[in-house]
Amino acid sequence: MEHTTIQLAHGSGGRLSARLLEQLFLPRFGNPVLNRLEDQAVLDCPAGQRLAFTTDSFVVDPIFFPGGNIGDLAINGTVNDICMSGAMPRYLSASFILEEGLSIGSLHRILVSMEEAAKKAGITIVTGDTKVVNHGSCDKIFINTSGLGFLPIEVQISAANIKPGDKIILSGTIADHGMAIMTSRENLSFQSSIESDSAALNGLVAKMLHVSNEICALRDPTRGGLATTLNEFAAASKVGIQLEDDKVPVAPAVGAACEVLGIDPLYVANEGKLVAVVPAEIAGQMLGAMRRHPLGRQAEIIGTAVDDHPGIVATRTLLGGRRIIDMPVGEQLPRIC
Amino acid sequence: MKFLNEYRNPELAVRILDEIRGTVTQPWVIMEICGGQTHAIVKNGIDQALPEGLELVHGPGCPVCVTPLETIDRAIAIANRPGVIFCSFGDMLRVPGSEKDLLMVKADGGDVRIVYSPLEAIKIAQDNPNRQVVFLAVGFETTAPGNAMAIQQAAATELTNFSELVSHVLVPPAMETLLASPDNRVQGYLAAGHVCAIMGYEQYEPIAARFRVPIVPTGFEPIDILEGILMVVRQLERGKSRVENQYTRVVSREGNKAAQAIINRIFEVCDRKWRGIGMLPDSGLKIRKAYDFFDAECRFKVSDIDVKEPETCISGLVLQGLKKPHQCPAFSTDCRPEHPMGATMVSNEGACAAYYKYSLHR
Repeated sequence: MEHTTIQLAHGSGGRLSARLLEQLFLPRFGNPVLNRLEDQAVLDCPAGQRLAFTTDSFVVDPIFFPGGNIGDLAINGTVNDICMSGAMPRYLSASFILEEGLSIGSLHRILVSMEEAAKKAGITIVTGDTKVVNHGSCDKIFINTSGLGFLPIEVQISAANIKPGDKIILSGTIADHGMAIMTSRENLSFQSSIESDSAALNGLVAKMLHVSNEICALRDPTRGGLATTLNEFAAASKVGIQLEDDKVPVAPAVGAACEVLGIDPLYVANEGKLVAVVPAEIAGQMLGAMRRHPLGRQAEIIGTAVDDHPGIVATRTLLGGRRIIDMPVGEQLPRIC
Repeated sequence: MKFLNEYRNPELAVRILDEIRGTVTQPWVIMEICGGQTHAIVKNGIDQALPEGLELVHGPGCPVCVTPLETIDRAIAIANRPGVIFCSFGDMLRVPGSEKDLLMVKADGGDVRIVYSPLEAIKIAQDNPNRQVVFLAVGFETTAPGNAMAIQQAAATELTNFSELVSHVLVPPAMETLLASPDNRVQGYLAAGHVCAIMGYEQYEPIAARFRVPIVPTGFEPIDILEGILMVVRQLERGKSRVENQYTRVVSREGNKAAQAIINRIFEVCDRKWRGIGMLPDSGLKIRKAYDFFDAECRFKVSDIDVKEPETCISGLVLQGLKKPHQCPAFSTDCRPEHPMGATMVSNEGACAAYYKYSLHR
């Protein structure tokens, strides 16, 4: 009998587990390290380089959304976390918690997207795990990915490195991912053509490092959005940040959805964007290089680190005054009117 | 973006501001009614750019802020019932009741859902015939037509598992109460543009005449607000007190007749308690007897839940325009958006939250 949905037995470690592995996981992710099916992956490490290591769990609802699904998000998210140190991601682990009753067709679609995303990012999935929990104990599927990357000694990127005068460059439009998710949730029957920007940024980062090793800080503004990342930069480096918010690119459909729902795009999640802080002398060159990469075409210099108001992100108001861009409090909720 | 960017034009803003400066010869106090206007004012630095002596005070027009504590407690009591799906606009979920908020009910296992329209709650009720679906129907005249329409649809389709917990409020009685108060400082109003889109502005004409205050229905973009201020100031300087429409692209004198008709069919005027202000006669809407089958207050028997508001916070004075948020000793110290003591800090539209979010007063 062929099962069309995930059963508890698929996680039992017995025959059904083995079949799931052989029929679904290995054909997608198979490679010499994984195919050994040992309890661990044993990896080669290039001499003279440092390791970058990260982990992230993915619990997005809905699991399929315009522009992607939980699978490519789980690959791209971890790849991006590694490369924000300047490291080039190489190996990923993938661990699945499946809810009993999840359709095997859905799981297959997710694994195919993971395979494609891994290929695109040039990384290998070298170890993994699958558990099945009772119906109601998780929401369809949760994925954890951890990643390893290698980093040359001379690259020193940290949120604490920013000095007054440095320029802040954003790689493209903001709020696409968060608004794609929000407008596709079932209780918010709001039709839009907004797609998630989910993408692996290691290619763009490699291009940027080719221009200069002097990148001070690099971060992908995911949860909490651009405003949160800039606040983290300001706090870690004890500098002020002067944001020119009219320079921040927002796609028209995303901007419109934000206006209708009463949501500030500065606080909405991105999954394929980065913010780089670089010395003013190389900002123009860096911007040019980013714009020549497909994921940086709409890059803009959006602000400057300043001596004033250390720890605070501020922007000019319409009438020339100053207002602060604070850290968000909890989730942004659609407004009443 | 069409209909948006042109109302955020910096050169035009400076031009109107110069006209305001050229018009004002003495101090005036103007109140903007709506919380959305308060946010636009603080976000765009309009209050700081106005000439000295021209003061904006922030009115009670934030539906989240003025929803009484007991309504939140009643909502929480209903949402805690097994089998209930409790639906609400997003920003009501974080409003603290006397012990918890709706987000905590959700965390404890309650089925609390964010919807963008009451008609989505109707759909949820149709999809879940064995569950009771309750919509928290709050707000001013702006949200009343949608909430009325949901009840009308439920009645038309004999949807027995849908009800609304209603705590609607009306703007004109609040404006009159503020003007009649011996402490009143307000000399002119920017009326709430979207409330007027529904109700028109005819109903403000007797208020303007009786209290001799200019009233200008005003939009929500910075250019709208600056133009509204200019229109009020021109009247004040000339000793006029009429209703004059700034928001002509949305508001007409008679308003939206169809929306008014459905409000009147389903709701009737009642006395209503406002958080921070207290009971105001004829200042709210409740479900008419003919439709009380859809009244969650009756269905779940929660009308006996009655609570007193804590006296620690000055949000009532802020809502009446008697104090500014930063004049409160708790502002940005004990009272912050992540730990709000009063309604005006909770809502994104509250005056205290606007001051905290955008200004450097802290």
